[in-house]
Amino acid sequence: MTEVLNGPVYAEVPTPLFKPGPKGTHITIRGLTKYFAGWPLYENFDLDIPKHRIVSVFGPNGCGKSTLINMIAGLVPIDAGEILFDGKSLQDTKIGYVFQNYREALFPWMRTIDNIAYPLKLEGQSKAEVDRRMAELVASFDVKFDLNRYPYELSGGQQQTASIMRALAPKPEVLFLDEPFSALDFEMTLFIREKLQEVFMQTGTTMLLVSHDLEEAVYLADEVLLLTKRPTRVAEILRYGDARPRTLETLSEASFIQMKKRSLEIFQREVRR
Amino acid sequence: MADSITPEARPPWTPGQAAPTFAAPRKPSWDRALPFIGPVLLFIVWDLVVRLGFIKPILLPPPADTVTALINGLAGGPLLKDFAVTLWRTCQAFMMAAVIGVPLGVVLGSNEKAYRSVEFLVDFFRSTPSSALIPLFLMIFGVSDINKVAIATFGALLIVVFNSAYGVINARKQRVMAARVMGASRWQIFRDVLIWESLQPSFVGLRSAVSMALVIVIVAEMFIGSDSGLGNRIINSQQVMNVRDMYASILAAGAMGYTLNVLFLMAERRIVHWSGR
Repeated sequence: MTEVLNGPVYAEVPTPLFKPGPKGTHITIRGLTKYFAGWPLYENFDLDIPKHRIVSVFGPNGCGKSTLINMIAGLVPIDAGEILFDGKSLQDTKIGYVFQNYREALFPWMRTIDNIAYPLKLEGQSKAEVDRRMAELVASFDVKFDLNRYPYELSGGQQQTASIMRALAPKPEVLFLDEPFSALDFEMTLFIREKLQEVFMQTGTTMLLVSHDLEEAVYLADEVLLLTKRPTRVAEILRYGDARPRTLETLSEASFIQMKKRSLEIFQREVRR
Repeated sequence: MADSITPEARPPWTPGQAAPTFAAPRKPSWDRALPFIGPVLLFIVWDLVVRLGFIKPILLPPPADTVTALINGLAGGPLLKDFAVTLWRTCQAFMMAAVIGVPLGVVLGSNEKAYRSVEFLVDFFRSTPSSALIPLFLMIFGVSDINKVAIATFGALLIVVFNSAYGVINARKQRVMAARVMGASRWQIFRDVLIWESLQPSFVGLRSAVSMALVIVIVAEMFIGSDSGLGNRIINSQQVMNVRDMYASILAAGAMGYTLNVLFLMAERRIVHWSGR
Protein backbone atom coordinates (compact mmCIF):
# COMPACT_ATOMS: atom_id res chain seq x y z
CA MET A 1 0.00 0.00 0.00
CA THR A 2 2.94 2.29 -0.29
CA GLU A 3 2.44 2.64 -3.98
CA VAL A 4 0.86 5.81 -5.25
CA LEU A 5 -1.89 4.75 -7.57
CA ASN A 6 -2.93 7.96 -9.22
CA GLY A 7 0.09 10.11 -8.97
CA PRO A 8 0.10 13.60 -10.42
CA VAL A 9 0.66 13.68 -14.12
CA TYR A 10 3.05 16.26 -15.42
CA ALA A 11 2.74 17.39 -18.97
CA GLU A 12 5.95 18.34 -20.62
CA VAL A 13 5.49 22.01 -21.36
CA PRO A 14 8.48 23.24 -23.27
CA THR A 15 9.61 26.62 -22.01
CA PRO A 16 9.62 28.92 -24.99
CA LEU A 17 13.07 30.04 -26.00
CA PHE A 18 13.85 33.62 -25.10
CA LYS A 19 13.93 35.61 -28.29
CA PRO A 20 15.87 38.83 -27.93
CA GLY A 21 14.51 41.90 -29.61
CA PRO A 22 16.13 43.58 -32.59
CA LYS A 23 19.31 45.62 -32.20
CA GLY A 24 18.80 48.78 -30.18
CA THR A 25 16.11 47.27 -28.00
CA HIS A 26 16.04 48.67 -24.49
CA ILE A 27 13.10 47.00 -22.82
CA THR A 28 12.23 43.44 -23.74
CA ILE A 29 8.83 42.13 -22.68
CA ARG A 30 8.19 38.41 -23.14
CA GLY A 31 5.14 36.36 -22.27
CA LEU A 32 3.66 39.10 -20.11
CA THR A 33 0.40 37.91 -18.57
CA LYS A 34 -1.88 39.88 -16.31
CA TYR A 35 -5.36 38.97 -15.14
CA PHE A 36 -7.83 41.46 -13.80
CA ALA A 37 -10.76 40.02 -11.84
CA GLY A 38 -10.23 36.66 -13.49
CA TRP A 39 -10.18 38.05 -17.01
CA PRO A 40 -7.03 38.33 -19.05
CA LEU A 41 -5.87 41.88 -19.61
CA TYR A 42 -2.59 40.83 -21.13
CA GLU A 43 -1.89 37.30 -22.24
CA ASN A 44 1.47 36.21 -23.56
CA PHE A 45 2.26 39.75 -24.55
CA ASP A 46 5.57 40.39 -26.28
CA LEU A 47 7.01 43.83 -26.96
CA ASP A 48 10.36 45.44 -27.69
CA ILE A 49 10.87 49.04 -26.71
CA PRO A 50 13.77 50.73 -28.47
CA LYS A 51 16.52 52.60 -26.67
CA HIS A 52 16.92 56.38 -26.90
CA ARG A 53 13.44 56.72 -28.31
CA ILE A 54 10.15 58.13 -27.13
CA VAL A 55 7.36 55.59 -27.42
CA SER A 56 3.79 56.81 -27.00
CA VAL A 57 1.24 54.28 -25.89
CA PHE A 58 -2.23 54.80 -27.31
CA GLY A 59 -5.29 52.62 -27.32
CA PRO A 60 -8.96 52.20 -26.47
CA ASN A 61 -10.29 52.95 -23.02
CA GLY A 62 -9.63 50.19 -20.54
CA CYS A 63 -7.06 48.39 -22.66
CA GLY A 64 -4.52 48.89 -19.91
CA LYS A 65 -2.18 51.56 -21.24
CA SER A 66 -1.30 52.74 -17.78
CA THR A 67 -1.28 49.19 -16.46
CA LEU A 68 1.29 48.30 -19.10
CA ILE A 69 3.75 50.97 -18.07
CA ASN A 70 3.00 50.36 -14.40
CA MET A 71 3.88 46.71 -14.88
CA ILE A 72 7.09 47.65 -16.64
CA ALA A 73 7.88 50.13 -13.87
CA GLY A 74 7.15 47.49 -11.24
CA LEU A 75 4.21 49.33 -9.67
CA VAL A 76 1.72 46.66 -10.64
CA PRO A 77 2.72 43.02 -10.13
CA ILE A 78 2.60 40.77 -13.18
CA ASP A 79 1.13 37.29 -13.18
CA ALA A 80 3.68 35.79 -15.55
CA GLY A 81 6.32 36.81 -17.99
CA GLU A 82 9.59 38.60 -18.08
CA ILE A 83 10.57 42.23 -18.44
CA LEU A 84 14.22 43.07 -18.99
CA PHE A 85 15.99 46.39 -19.34
CA ASP A 86 19.08 45.92 -21.49
CA GLY A 87 19.03 42.37 -20.20
CA LYS A 88 18.90 43.52 -16.57
CA SER A 89 16.07 43.23 -14.13
CA LEU A 90 14.18 46.22 -12.80
CA GLN A 91 16.14 46.10 -9.54
CA ASP A 92 19.34 46.94 -11.40
CA THR A 93 17.74 49.67 -13.46
CA LYS A 94 17.24 53.30 -12.60
CA ILE A 95 13.84 54.53 -13.65
CA GLY A 96 11.89 57.72 -13.32
CA TYR A 97 8.12 57.98 -13.18
CA VAL A 98 5.85 60.96 -13.68
CA PHE A 99 2.29 60.54 -12.43
CA GLN A 100 -0.78 62.14 -13.88
CA ASN A 101 -1.87 63.38 -10.50
CA TYR A 102 1.07 65.52 -9.40
CA ARG A 103 -0.86 66.61 -6.30
CA GLU A 104 -0.61 63.13 -4.88
CA ALA A 105 2.82 62.36 -6.26
CA LEU A 106 4.88 65.08 -4.60
CA PHE A 107 5.41 65.02 -0.84
CA PRO A 108 3.71 68.11 0.61
CA TRP A 109 5.75 67.91 3.82
CA MET A 110 8.96 68.58 1.91
CA ARG A 111 9.92 71.77 0.16
CA THR A 112 9.83 71.46 -3.62
CA ILE A 113 13.60 71.39 -3.91
CA ASP A 114 13.77 68.57 -1.34
CA ASN A 115 11.16 66.69 -3.30
CA ILE A 116 13.32 66.93 -6.40
CA ALA A 117 16.42 65.92 -4.46
CA TYR A 118 14.68 63.04 -2.70
CA PRO A 119 15.66 60.25 -5.13
CA LEU A 120 19.29 61.36 -4.90
CA LYS A 121 19.13 61.28 -1.11
CA LEU A 122 17.71 57.78 -1.34
CA GLU A 123 20.78 56.83 -3.34
CA GLY A 124 22.90 58.21 -0.52
CA GLN A 125 24.54 60.96 -2.53
CA SER A 126 26.46 63.61 -0.63
CA LYS A 127 25.07 67.08 -0.19
CA ALA A 128 27.61 68.51 -2.63
CA GLU A 129 26.64 66.00 -5.30
CA VAL A 130 22.96 66.65 -4.71
CA ASP A 131 23.46 70.42 -4.89
CA ARG A 132 25.43 70.13 -8.10
CA ARG A 133 22.74 68.02 -9.74
CA MET A 134 20.01 70.39 -8.52
CA ALA A 135 21.81 73.37 -10.03
CA GLU A 136 22.14 71.45 -13.29
CA LEU A 137 18.44 70.59 -13.35
CA VAL A 138 17.33 74.10 -12.44
CA ALA A 139 19.46 75.48 -15.26
CA SER A 140 18.27 72.97 -17.84
CA PHE A 141 14.62 73.46 -16.90
CA ASP A 142 15.01 77.21 -16.76
CA VAL A 143 12.96 77.26 -13.57
CA LYS A 144 11.30 80.59 -12.91
CA PHE A 145 9.50 79.78 -9.67
CA ASP A 146 10.72 79.50 -6.09
CA LEU A 147 11.76 75.92 -5.38
CA ASN A 148 11.92 76.66 -1.66
CA ARG A 149 8.16 76.78 -1.55
CA TYR A 150 6.05 73.79 -0.64
CA PRO A 151 4.46 71.97 -3.59
CA TYR A 152 0.95 73.03 -2.63
CA GLU A 153 2.02 76.65 -2.96
CA LEU A 154 2.83 76.15 -6.65
CA SER A 155 0.54 76.08 -9.67
CA GLY A 156 -0.36 72.78 -11.29
CA GLY A 157 2.11 73.24 -14.10
CA GLN A 158 4.88 74.15 -11.70
CA GLN A 159 4.12 71.07 -9.63
CA GLN A 160 4.22 68.85 -12.68
CA THR A 161 7.50 70.48 -13.76
CA ALA A 162 8.85 69.67 -10.31
CA SER A 163 7.70 66.04 -10.59
CA ILE A 164 9.43 65.70 -13.94
CA MET A 165 12.58 67.20 -12.46
CA ARG A 166 12.34 64.75 -9.59
CA ALA A 167 11.95 61.85 -11.99
CA LEU A 168 14.96 63.01 -14.03
CA ALA A 169 17.19 63.89 -11.07
CA PRO A 170 18.87 60.50 -10.73
CA LYS A 171 19.50 60.37 -14.52
CA PRO A 172 17.18 57.43 -15.11
CA GLU A 173 17.65 55.01 -17.97
CA VAL A 174 13.93 55.01 -18.65
CA LEU A 175 11.38 57.71 -17.95
CA PHE A 176 7.76 56.67 -17.60
CA LEU A 177 5.10 59.31 -18.10
CA ASP A 178 1.54 58.37 -17.24
CA GLU A 179 -0.72 60.97 -18.87
CA PRO A 180 1.50 63.76 -17.57
CA PHE A 181 -0.48 66.52 -19.27
CA SER A 182 -4.06 65.54 -18.64
CA ALA A 183 -4.37 67.52 -15.40
CA LEU A 184 -2.77 70.63 -16.87
CA ASP A 185 -4.12 73.59 -18.76
CA PHE A 186 -3.15 74.08 -22.40
CA GLU A 187 -0.43 76.63 -21.75
CA MET A 188 1.36 74.39 -19.27
CA THR A 189 0.92 71.39 -21.54
CA LEU A 190 2.75 73.19 -24.32
CA PHE A 191 5.49 74.29 -21.94
CA ILE A 192 6.10 70.89 -20.41
CA ARG A 193 5.93 69.20 -23.81
CA GLU A 194 8.76 71.46 -25.00
CA LYS A 195 10.75 70.79 -21.83
CA LEU A 196 10.41 67.06 -22.29
CA GLN A 197 11.56 67.32 -25.87
CA GLU A 198 14.56 69.44 -24.81
CA VAL A 199 15.50 66.96 -22.11
CA PHE A 200 15.15 64.13 -24.57
CA MET A 201 17.36 65.85 -27.12
CA GLN A 202 19.98 66.54 -24.44
CA THR A 203 20.01 63.15 -22.79
CA GLY A 204 18.37 60.67 -25.14
CA THR A 205 16.59 59.07 -22.20
CA THR A 206 14.25 56.32 -23.31
CA MET A 207 10.72 57.51 -22.60
CA LEU A 208 7.42 55.69 -22.41
CA LEU A 209 4.48 58.05 -22.61
CA VAL A 210 0.87 57.16 -22.03
CA SER A 211 -1.48 59.70 -23.49
CA HIS A 212 -5.16 59.94 -24.25
CA ASP A 213 -4.56 62.83 -26.61
CA LEU A 214 -3.51 61.63 -30.02
CA GLU A 215 -1.83 64.88 -30.97
CA GLU A 216 0.36 64.80 -27.88
CA ALA A 217 1.08 61.15 -28.37
CA VAL A 218 2.28 61.67 -31.93
CA TYR A 219 4.00 65.02 -31.36
CA LEU A 220 6.59 63.67 -28.95
CA ALA A 221 6.88 60.15 -30.32
CA ASP A 222 9.44 58.28 -32.35
CA GLU A 223 7.08 55.36 -32.24
CA VAL A 224 3.38 55.22 -31.56
CA LEU A 225 2.39 51.95 -29.95
CA LEU A 226 -1.26 51.27 -30.70
CA LEU A 227 -2.99 48.71 -28.54
CA THR A 228 -6.15 46.67 -29.09
CA LYS A 229 -9.11 46.20 -26.79
CA ARG A 230 -8.62 43.64 -24.03
CA PRO A 231 -7.20 41.04 -24.04
CA THR A 232 -4.68 43.58 -25.17
CA ARG A 233 -2.30 42.97 -28.03
CA VAL A 234 -0.18 45.25 -30.14
CA ALA A 235 -2.39 46.54 -32.94
CA GLU A 236 0.41 48.28 -34.71
CA ILE A 237 3.62 50.16 -34.10
CA LEU A 238 3.94 53.27 -36.24
CA ARG A 239 7.25 55.00 -36.73
CA TYR A 240 7.24 58.75 -36.88
CA GLY A 241 10.52 60.19 -38.05
CA ASP A 242 10.09 63.96 -38.29
CA ALA A 243 13.22 65.78 -37.20
CA ARG A 244 13.55 67.34 -33.76
CA PRO A 245 13.10 69.87 -32.41
CA ARG A 246 9.52 69.64 -33.43
CA THR A 247 7.69 72.90 -33.13
CA LEU A 248 4.17 74.18 -33.41
CA GLU A 249 4.73 74.25 -37.17
CA THR A 250 5.25 70.51 -37.06
CA LEU A 251 1.63 70.19 -36.07
CA SER A 252 0.50 71.39 -39.47
CA GLU A 253 3.02 69.50 -41.57
CA ALA A 254 1.78 66.85 -43.95
CA SER A 255 3.81 64.05 -42.38
CA PHE A 256 2.42 64.85 -38.91
CA ILE A 257 -1.15 65.01 -40.12
CA GLN A 258 -0.67 61.82 -42.10
CA MET A 259 0.70 60.13 -39.00
CA LYS A 260 -2.19 61.28 -36.86
CA LYS A 261 -4.68 60.17 -39.46
CA ARG A 262 -3.13 56.72 -39.72
CA SER A 263 -3.08 56.32 -35.94
CA LEU A 264 -6.68 57.39 -35.72
CA GLU A 265 -7.70 54.89 -38.39
CA ILE A 266 -6.06 52.04 -36.55
CA PHE A 267 -7.50 53.26 -33.27
CA GLN A 268 -11.02 53.37 -34.68
CA ARG A 269 -10.62 49.98 -36.32
CA GLU A 270 -9.65 48.57 -32.93
CA VAL A 271 -12.42 50.32 -31.03
CA ARG A 272 -15.07 48.99 -33.42
CA ARG A 273 -13.69 45.49 -33.58
CA MET B 1 -21.25 101.33 -11.90
CA ALA B 2 -24.93 100.50 -12.07
CA ASP B 3 -25.63 102.46 -15.24
CA SER B 4 -22.93 100.63 -17.13
CA ILE B 5 -25.10 97.56 -17.10
CA THR B 6 -27.77 97.80 -19.73
CA PRO B 7 -31.13 96.08 -19.32
CA GLU B 8 -30.17 93.71 -22.16
CA ALA B 9 -27.20 92.48 -20.18
CA ARG B 10 -29.39 91.39 -17.34
CA PRO B 11 -29.98 87.70 -17.13
CA PRO B 12 -33.37 86.95 -18.60
CA TRP B 13 -34.43 84.66 -15.79
CA THR B 14 -34.76 87.46 -13.24
CA PRO B 15 -37.36 89.69 -14.84
CA GLY B 16 -37.55 92.34 -12.20
CA GLN B 17 -38.75 90.24 -9.28
CA ALA B 18 -35.48 90.44 -7.45
CA ALA B 19 -33.95 93.78 -8.20
CA PRO B 20 -30.27 93.10 -8.81
CA THR B 21 -28.04 94.81 -6.32
CA PHE B 22 -24.99 96.40 -7.78
CA ALA B 23 -23.39 97.43 -4.53
CA ALA B 24 -19.90 96.08 -4.14
CA PRO B 25 -19.87 93.38 -1.51
CA ARG B 26 -18.68 95.18 1.59
CA LYS B 27 -17.72 93.26 4.62
CA PRO B 28 -19.74 94.57 7.55
CA SER B 29 -17.45 95.51 10.38
CA TRP B 30 -19.56 93.54 12.85
CA ASP B 31 -18.69 90.28 11.07
CA ARG B 32 -15.95 89.77 13.57
CA ALA B 33 -18.43 90.11 16.41
CA LEU B 34 -20.53 87.19 15.14
CA PRO B 35 -18.86 84.52 17.33
CA PHE B 36 -19.78 86.51 20.44
CA ILE B 37 -23.49 86.70 19.66
CA GLY B 38 -24.23 83.16 20.82
CA PRO B 39 -22.55 83.43 24.22
CA VAL B 40 -24.01 86.89 24.85
CA LEU B 41 -27.50 85.62 23.97
CA LEU B 42 -27.04 82.69 26.31
CA PHE B 43 -26.03 85.00 29.12
CA ILE B 44 -29.00 87.27 28.49
CA VAL B 45 -31.46 84.37 28.47
CA TRP B 46 -29.80 82.89 31.53
CA ASP B 47 -30.01 86.22 33.33
CA LEU B 48 -33.65 86.77 32.35
CA VAL B 49 -34.67 83.29 33.40
CA VAL B 50 -33.17 83.82 36.84
CA ARG B 51 -34.34 87.43 37.18
CA LEU B 52 -37.93 86.65 36.20
CA GLY B 53 -37.98 83.73 38.59
CA PHE B 54 -38.55 80.90 36.10
CA ILE B 55 -35.78 78.99 37.83
CA LYS B 56 -35.03 79.42 41.49
CA PRO B 57 -31.68 81.04 42.23
CA ILE B 58 -30.94 78.09 44.49
CA LEU B 59 -30.77 75.91 41.37
CA LEU B 60 -29.28 78.41 38.97
CA PRO B 61 -27.32 81.44 40.15
CA PRO B 62 -27.30 84.62 38.05
CA PRO B 63 -24.62 84.55 35.37
CA ALA B 64 -22.79 87.58 36.72
CA ASP B 65 -22.37 85.88 40.11
CA THR B 66 -21.20 82.68 38.47
CA VAL B 67 -18.62 84.43 36.34
CA THR B 68 -17.44 86.39 39.36
CA ALA B 69 -17.07 83.14 41.28
CA LEU B 70 -15.18 81.64 38.33
CA ILE B 71 -12.78 84.57 38.05
CA ASN B 72 -12.23 84.84 41.80
CA GLY B 73 -11.75 81.10 42.03
CA LEU B 74 -9.24 80.95 39.20
CA ALA B 75 -7.40 84.05 40.41
CA GLY B 76 -5.71 82.22 43.22
CA GLY B 77 -8.83 80.84 44.92
CA PRO B 78 -9.37 77.15 45.75
CA LEU B 79 -10.85 76.59 42.30
CA LEU B 80 -7.42 77.22 40.83
CA LYS B 81 -5.90 74.32 42.74
CA ASP B 82 -8.60 71.89 41.56
CA PHE B 83 -8.29 73.24 38.04
CA ALA B 84 -4.56 72.61 38.11
CA VAL B 85 -4.98 69.10 39.52
CA THR B 86 -7.47 68.14 36.81
CA LEU B 87 -5.31 69.69 34.12
CA TRP B 88 -2.26 67.82 35.37
CA ARG B 89 -4.10 64.48 35.47
CA THR B 90 -5.50 65.06 31.98
CA CYS B 91 -2.08 65.95 30.63
CA GLN B 92 -0.48 62.90 32.25
CA ALA B 93 -3.11 60.60 30.79
CA PHE B 94 -2.92 62.28 27.43
CA MET B 95 0.87 62.19 27.25
CA MET B 96 0.96 58.51 28.07
CA ALA B 97 -1.71 57.79 25.46
CA ALA B 98 0.16 59.82 22.86
CA VAL B 99 3.60 58.41 23.59
CA ILE B 100 2.34 54.83 23.44
CA GLY B 101 -0.53 55.25 21.01
CA VAL B 102 0.97 57.07 18.03
CA PRO B 103 3.95 54.75 17.50
CA LEU B 104 1.79 51.71 18.20
CA GLY B 105 -0.87 52.88 15.77
CA VAL B 106 1.65 53.71 13.06
CA VAL B 107 3.36 50.33 13.42
CA LEU B 108 0.05 48.46 13.43
CA GLY B 109 -1.18 50.47 10.46
CA SER B 110 1.89 49.79 8.38
CA ASN B 111 1.41 46.08 8.92
CA GLU B 112 -2.13 45.57 7.80
CA LYS B 113 -2.24 41.93 8.87
CA ALA B 114 -1.24 42.90 12.39
CA TYR B 115 -3.89 45.59 12.47
CA ARG B 116 -6.64 43.33 11.15
CA SER B 117 -5.88 40.83 13.89
CA VAL B 118 -6.38 43.36 16.69
CA GLU B 119 -8.91 45.54 14.91
CA PHE B 120 -11.86 43.97 16.69
CA LEU B 121 -10.32 44.52 20.11
CA VAL B 122 -9.51 48.13 19.38
CA ASP B 123 -12.96 48.79 17.97
CA PHE B 124 -14.71 46.95 20.77
CA PHE B 125 -12.97 48.73 23.61
CA ARG B 126 -13.11 52.01 21.74
CA SER B 127 -16.88 51.61 21.68
CA THR B 128 -17.06 50.56 25.31
CA PRO B 129 -17.66 53.60 27.53
CA SER B 130 -14.44 53.85 29.50
CA SER B 131 -16.40 54.93 32.55
CA ALA B 132 -17.96 51.45 32.56
CA LEU B 133 -14.52 50.12 33.31
CA ILE B 134 -13.96 52.28 36.37
CA PRO B 135 -14.86 49.49 38.82
CA LEU B 136 -12.44 47.17 37.04
CA PHE B 137 -9.67 49.73 37.29
CA LEU B 138 -10.60 50.24 40.95
CA MET B 139 -9.84 46.58 41.56
CA ILE B 140 -6.52 46.81 39.81
CA PHE B 141 -5.19 50.17 40.95
CA GLY B 142 -7.24 50.81 44.09
CA VAL B 143 -8.57 54.21 45.06
CA SER B 144 -5.53 56.14 44.00
CA ASP B 145 -4.40 58.97 41.85
CA ILE B 146 -2.85 56.49 39.43
CA ASN B 147 -6.25 54.93 38.92
CA LYS B 148 -7.77 58.11 37.53
CA VAL B 149 -4.85 58.66 35.19
CA ALA B 150 -4.76 55.00 34.17
CA ILE B 151 -8.37 54.80 33.10
CA ALA B 152 -8.18 58.10 31.25
CA THR B 153 -5.04 56.87 29.52
CA PHE B 154 -6.84 53.71 28.50
CA GLY B 155 -9.75 55.59 26.98
CA ALA B 156 -7.51 58.05 25.17
CA LEU B 157 -5.03 55.43 24.02
CA LEU B 158 -7.52 53.49 21.92
CA ILE B 159 -8.61 56.63 20.08
CA VAL B 160 -5.01 57.51 19.30
CA VAL B 161 -4.14 53.99 18.14
CA PHE B 162 -7.20 53.79 15.95
CA ASN B 163 -6.64 57.14 14.22
CA SER B 164 -2.91 56.72 13.71
CA ALA B 165 -3.34 53.22 12.34
CA TYR B 166 -6.01 54.33 9.90
CA GLY B 167 -3.85 57.27 8.93
CA VAL B 168 -1.18 54.86 7.77
CA ILE B 169 -3.60 52.38 6.20
CA ASN B 170 -5.30 55.12 4.21
CA ALA B 171 -2.07 56.85 3.21
CA ARG B 172 -2.27 58.06 -0.38
CA LYS B 173 -1.24 54.98 -2.29
CA GLN B 174 0.28 57.08 -5.02
CA ARG B 175 2.82 58.70 -2.72
CA VAL B 176 3.88 55.28 -1.54
CA MET B 177 4.17 54.18 -5.16
CA ALA B 178 6.15 57.31 -6.00
CA ALA B 179 8.62 56.50 -3.25
CA ARG B 180 8.80 52.87 -4.32
CA VAL B 181 9.44 53.68 -7.94
CA MET B 182 12.31 55.92 -6.81
CA GLY B 183 13.82 52.88 -5.18
CA ALA B 184 12.89 53.50 -1.55
CA SER B 185 13.12 50.49 0.74
CA ARG B 186 10.23 49.49 3.00
CA TRP B 187 11.88 51.28 5.90
CA GLN B 188 12.49 54.41 3.83
CA ILE B 189 8.85 54.43 2.68
CA PHE B 190 7.80 54.09 6.31
CA ARG B 191 10.10 56.90 7.46
CA ASP B 192 9.63 59.33 4.59
CA VAL B 193 6.02 58.74 3.57
CA LEU B 194 3.83 56.70 5.90
CA ILE B 195 4.69 58.56 9.11
CA TRP B 196 4.06 61.89 7.44
CA GLU B 197 0.85 60.74 5.84
CA SER B 198 -0.40 59.59 9.23
CA LEU B 199 0.33 62.92 10.93
CA GLN B 200 -2.94 64.58 10.07
CA PRO B 201 -5.21 61.72 11.17
CA SER B 202 -2.98 61.30 14.21
CA PHE B 203 -3.69 64.87 15.15
CA VAL B 204 -7.40 64.26 14.82
CA GLY B 205 -6.92 61.30 17.14
CA LEU B 206 -4.88 63.31 19.62
CA ARG B 207 -7.47 66.04 19.70
CA SER B 208 -10.30 63.60 20.41
CA ALA B 209 -8.06 61.82 22.90
CA VAL B 210 -7.40 64.90 24.97
CA SER B 211 -11.16 65.54 25.20
CA MET B 212 -11.73 61.93 26.15
CA ALA B 213 -9.00 62.08 28.79
CA LEU B 214 -10.60 65.16 30.32
CA VAL B 215 -14.04 63.52 30.39
CA ILE B 216 -12.75 60.41 32.10
CA VAL B 217 -10.64 62.34 34.58
CA ILE B 218 -13.64 64.43 35.62
CA VAL B 219 -15.85 61.34 35.99
CA ALA B 220 -13.15 59.52 37.91
CA GLU B 221 -12.71 62.51 40.20
CA MET B 222 -16.42 62.45 40.91
CA PHE B 223 -16.77 58.81 41.76
CA ILE B 224 -13.42 57.39 42.74
CA GLY B 225 -12.81 58.63 46.27
CA SER B 226 -11.06 61.82 45.52
CA ASP B 227 -10.26 64.96 47.44
CA SER B 228 -9.21 67.20 44.61
CA GLY B 229 -9.92 68.05 41.00
CA LEU B 230 -12.77 69.79 39.22
CA GLY B 231 -14.93 66.66 39.20
CA ASN B 232 -14.61 66.36 42.94
CA ARG B 233 -15.34 70.06 43.37
CA ILE B 234 -18.46 69.89 41.21
CA ILE B 235 -19.92 66.97 43.11
CA ASN B 236 -19.03 68.45 46.51
CA SER B 237 -20.60 71.81 45.67
CA GLN B 238 -23.68 70.03 44.48
CA GLN B 239 -23.95 68.06 47.73
CA VAL B 240 -24.00 71.25 49.79
CA MET B 241 -26.06 73.15 47.22
CA ASN B 242 -23.28 75.67 46.63
CA VAL B 243 -24.56 76.16 43.10
CA ARG B 244 -22.46 79.23 42.38
CA ASP B 245 -19.30 77.27 42.93
CA MET B 246 -20.69 74.28 41.06
CA TYR B 247 -21.46 76.30 37.94
CA ALA B 248 -18.13 78.07 38.17
CA SER B 249 -16.38 74.68 38.26
CA ILE B 250 -18.42 73.44 35.32
CA LEU B 251 -17.49 76.53 33.33
CA ALA B 252 -13.86 76.03 34.34
CA ALA B 253 -13.94 72.45 33.06
CA GLY B 254 -15.51 73.66 29.82
CA ALA B 255 -12.88 76.34 29.43
CA MET B 256 -10.16 73.76 29.92
CA GLY B 257 -11.57 71.43 27.31
CA TYR B 258 -12.09 74.25 24.85
CA THR B 259 -8.61 75.67 25.35
CA LEU B 260 -6.95 72.28 24.93
CA ASN B 261 -8.89 71.76 21.71
CA VAL B 262 -7.89 75.15 20.34
CA LEU B 263 -4.26 74.60 21.29
CA PHE B 264 -4.29 71.34 19.40
CA LEU B 265 -5.87 72.90 16.35
CA MET B 266 -3.16 75.54 16.36
CA ALA B 267 -0.40 72.98 16.74
CA GLU B 268 -1.94 70.90 13.96
CA ARG B 269 -2.08 73.84 11.59
CA ARG B 270 1.55 74.54 12.39
CA ILE B 271 2.90 71.03 12.07
CA VAL B 272 0.64 69.55 9.38
CA HIS B 273 0.92 72.70 7.30
CA TRP B 274 -0.11 70.89 4.10
CA SER B 275 -3.39 69.63 5.53
CA GLY B 276 -6.37 70.35 3.31
CA ARG B 277 -4.28 71.89 0.54
